[in-house]
Amino acid sequence: MTITLTHYLIASACLFSIGLIGVLTRRNVLMILLCIELMFNAANLAFVAYARSWADAGGQIIVFFIITVAAAEVTVGLAIAILLARQLHTLNADEVSSLKW
Amino acid sequence: MLAESQQATMIEAVFFYIFTGVMLLAALSVVLNRQPIYSVLSLLVAMFCLASLFIMLGAYFVAALQVLLYAGAVLVLFLFVIMLLNLEREALARTRLFTLRAVGTIAPAFLFVHLVRLFRLSATTTSFPSLPPGSGSVESIGRLLFTTYLLPFELTSFLILAAIIGAVTLTKRNASE
Repeated sequence: MTITLTHYLIASACLFSIGLIGVLTRRNVLMILLCIELMFNAANLAFVAYARSWADAGGQIIVFFIITVAAAEVTVGLAIAILLARQLHTLNADEVSSLKW
Repeated sequence: MLAESQQATMIEAVFFYIFTGVMLLAALSVVLNRQPIYSVLSLLVAMFCLASLFIMLGAYFVAALQVLLYAGAVLVLFLFVIMLLNLEREALARTRLFTLRAVGTIAPAFLFVHLVRLFRLSATTTSFPSLPPGSGSVESIGRLLFTTYLLPFELTSFLILAAIIGAVTLTKRNASE
């Protein structure tokens, strides 16, 4: 059978949903960040599939920027997680529920 | 024997299903694994499969960037932090566990069903159009980056600078500690 755009989009949607399950179900802050990375990758796959389908390289350019933005966000997110572990001694998302402690 | 194009289509389909299957299994392992190290390593496998899919789609530069930057820098950073913090097996949430897991699984499944329905509305049976040679290579993407998309390219330097300053400031220990 021919692999069309829809195949890649459904794969991207499946990856995104699995990442979303991870974000909603896991309690560790670092694991939530990891599942957000999974969702980023799903969006990247959709972008590259569309870039191929419409012969527009702009989709690949935006994937370049998404990877950069994800790297910057992971840097700051992990710094915050390290702070949490250091000062609150917990990485459980349920216990970090008040804005000021 | 099948014709050349039929053989090529079949080989492409086999590779697509292999890479997508391994990627989704790795993604499930990311979500369901109790040990954080295994989750990160499963995400590494998923990213490699994703890079293979990018190559199948003709995005060679992006595939290389995915392996170098995403798998090679971001995930390594994750691994460093996990080993630094010495995480143990993730404790299950004590209250409302079943409701959390049920809602957290049903809502994304709902979203997935609707997305599939949406994508099938505009589904075609034709394969991808053939690309001109050299598209997706480093030169063509670099040329675009430095002409049409120059402004976002320069703005990412601000973003990276802000991220570096933020990370260093957040984790800086005071002199009295």
